[in-house]
Amino acid sequence: MSTGTPIARGLLPERLIIPMDQQAGPAAVPVVEVGQRVRKGEMIGRPGGLRSAGVHASASGTIGAIREGPVPTVNGLTTSLCVHLQTDGRDEQAPSEGWPRERDARIDAICNAGIVGLGGAVFSTAEKLRDDAECDLLILNGAECEPYISCDDMLMREHPLEVVRGALAMMDLTGAESTVFAVERDKPDALRAVREAAAQLGDTRIEFARVPTVYPAGGERQLVELLTGREVPSGSYPPAAGCICQNVGTAFALDRFMRRGEPLTSRIVTVTGNGVAHPANVEVPIGTPIGDLIHFCGGYRGDVTRLILGGNMMGYALPGDNLPITKAGNCIVAAHADEIRESTGEWPCIRCGDCADVCPPRLLPQQLLRAATVRDFDQLDSLGLNDCIECGCCDIACPSQIALTERFRQAKQAWAVVSQRAAMADLATRRHRRKLARLAAQTEDIHRQQDDLIAAIGSEDSRAMIEAAVARASRRRGESDTAH
Amino acid sequence: MRFELKPPPHALPTTSVPKVMRHVIYALAPAAFAHVWFFGWGICINALIATAAALGAEALMLRVRSRPVKPALLDGTATVTAVLLAFAIPPLAPWWVPVIGAVSAIVLAKHLYGGLGSNLFNPAMVGYAVLLISFPVEMTYWLPPRGAELGHSPVGAWDSLRFAVTGSLPQALAVDAVTQATPLDLVREGLTSMQTLAEVQAGPLFGGMGGRGWDWVNSLIAVGGLYLLFRGIIRWHIPVSMLAAIAVLAAVFHTLDASRFASASFHLFSGASLLGAFFIATDPVSAATTNRGRLIYGAGIGILVYAIRTWGGYPDGVAFAVLLMNATVPLLDRYTRPRIYGRPR
Repeated sequence: MSTGTPIARGLLPERLIIPMDQQAGPAAVPVVEVGQRVRKGEMIGRPGGLRSAGVHASASGTIGAIREGPVPTVNGLTTSLCVHLQTDGRDEQAPSEGWPRERDARIDAICNAGIVGLGGAVFSTAEKLRDDAECDLLILNGAECEPYISCDDMLMREHPLEVVRGALAMMDLTGAESTVFAVERDKPDALRAVREAAAQLGDTRIEFARVPTVYPAGGERQLVELLTGREVPSGSYPPAAGCICQNVGTAFALDRFMRRGEPLTSRIVTVTGNGVAHPANVEVPIGTPIGDLIHFCGGYRGDVTRLILGGNMMGYALPGDNLPITKAGNCIVAAHADEIRESTGEWPCIRCGDCADVCPPRLLPQQLLRAATVRDFDQLDSLGLNDCIECGCCDIACPSQIALTERFRQAKQAWAVVSQRAAMADLATRRHRRKLARLAAQTEDIHRQQDDLIAAIGSEDSRAMIEAAVARASRRRGESDTAH
Repeated sequence: MRFELKPPPHALPTTSVPKVMRHVIYALAPAAFAHVWFFGWGICINALIATAAALGAEALMLRVRSRPVKPALLDGTATVTAVLLAFAIPPLAPWWVPVIGAVSAIVLAKHLYGGLGSNLFNPAMVGYAVLLISFPVEMTYWLPPRGAELGHSPVGAWDSLRFAVTGSLPQALAVDAVTQATPLDLVREGLTSMQTLAEVQAGPLFGGMGGRGWDWVNSLIAVGGLYLLFRGIIRWHIPVSMLAAIAVLAAVFHTLDASRFASASFHLFSGASLLGAFFIATDPVSAATTNRGRLIYGAGIGILVYAIRTWGGYPDGVAFAVLLMNATVPLLDRYTRPRIYGRPR
């Protein structure tokens, strides 16, 4: 319902809340001061270390405050340092720095430009491209991660040239032998657009693949399997299977940076749900409060019970709309009570196995549930608890309507705590053993010295010394006796 | 504005336990109509009595176990157990037969193991086994099918009801005179009295594949089963492996000695082969849950059914075969787990 109209632009809220913690790596470090004037695209936070990324002013204006505040990150609602920017509406651009010539300099520039994976995981794009692992395949992910989300579809339809150019640049940077551009079957317009763009650019290296519209085909582990038949090993990322996955939005951002020198200051967000007046895809300045975005889409409609960031399968519910849109924010769903799941109680598991049929990593959620209930971590390990991608498919399929994914999430947390405790106990045991060994060594040292002494006692010299000492002692005793 | 905080997924569930159970009842309806047409209203009377007894037992056990009563009564699982049991009870049965069967199913097989989802054994089959072992005579009161021309009037709805309540028929009818063995019984008795299969099957009860009337009932059970398959309520693995096992064994032995071993089509269309394959072995709670496990489980039931029918002490073996394979399910579930994505092959 959000693909009927073109991407809406022109949203510029009075106040932006730009978090420093917007990427999978460490938070950025603010480089501006309160009261300072900034132009659009000016760096306000420098990368805070490896896998971090720069953060930039999404509009021109004045820094109003720099303080801690709630931020919706990929790991849930956390607290991060945020730069509050009072916009002035003048839209002054910072001068661009140009696209470097050397590969390493280019990758550093991408890091500084704040470009991260816009599919939702916000993993550092620079790190992905820098990685010299033997990747022979670059996968352009044009499969939406969730049913409700359409921002990638709209981007491919409206900006195919930029997306394909970005993809080609990624190809050159990674040195991948081949590139597959994956688009879902139900998005023929998007596929046609990017195909034509590739033809227009005279490129023949990119291969286009139509993938079935089956959630979660847009998940990178699933996409790698679908396209190559390879599996990403348990516990690792696509490079371990020789693939790099990049979202089409990221390719678009890269092209913008290469050609116009603009760092990442906005993203396309799908605003949808029955609770919003005009569902649409909107180009949103990073840091826009969600309330302003909803207002831009005509405001709330009816009784909105849940506000979801991300799609309705993996997105999480937000307590309020004064939170900012970050680089990870691909979708906002304002939902009425009748379009979302209410936890009205569960039936017992009837072991039907519908959950296993829909599980992408081929787990047995019904057996996992049993092990999770009794916190049998050995069993959970062999059943692959940590291979669960928390896609939510099993919840939807379960006739007993059991909140499986939430149980697995809790079990993972409990397991993490238990393993941490076990690791600490292990460390303490090792320390204790080392101490015992040290003490034993010391005791042995002392014994050796004593043995040396005793051995020395056996020698001729020492016998004379002992006799002399005995004589001295008896003499002294004799003296003390006469003193009395 | 403030909004509620609930964990994902937020999307609506696609199904529910009562919905699944409703579809199982729908799928049994055509076969029940055929049963009524050929064998009278007995199955309906038995189903009603069994359902009432099952719901009563369910409510009582939930009270005893201090569990909420209403949601469990409305989930439809006890009703399905009772209706399946009714298919296994002869149409002419005193009221206490379905009552004891249903109460055994719900109390012994279901709630003593922890209620819905926790029972190791199929409740309907436990109920049936209790009846078969305790009341072997009453469990033979099958009626001849309509149109079999056996020389006496079929038992009407009123007579069935009267028999259910009082345990006797009007003076004109004696129980032994109106009841009639099932085709599987006849084959068994005939073969033990040294008749050949062809001689037995020349009787008026036969004709077609599994026996007069039963062909229709069982075909419609298969139709209902296909409906469940189509709706995604059951999966193909158990019915296919179970029926294939029966068919292959029957075909092999029939080829070796056609005078002593009945054909594959007779085995598939008589007794409870199809009911077992589509409705009983596929009971999710007591069946294997992995696809490989389901194939082994179904094949095991098929082999046991054939073995019990051919060399065992009972004319049909579906109930015992299912109960025996139920016992192997924990093992099957454990050793047939699929390889997880990204784990070594």
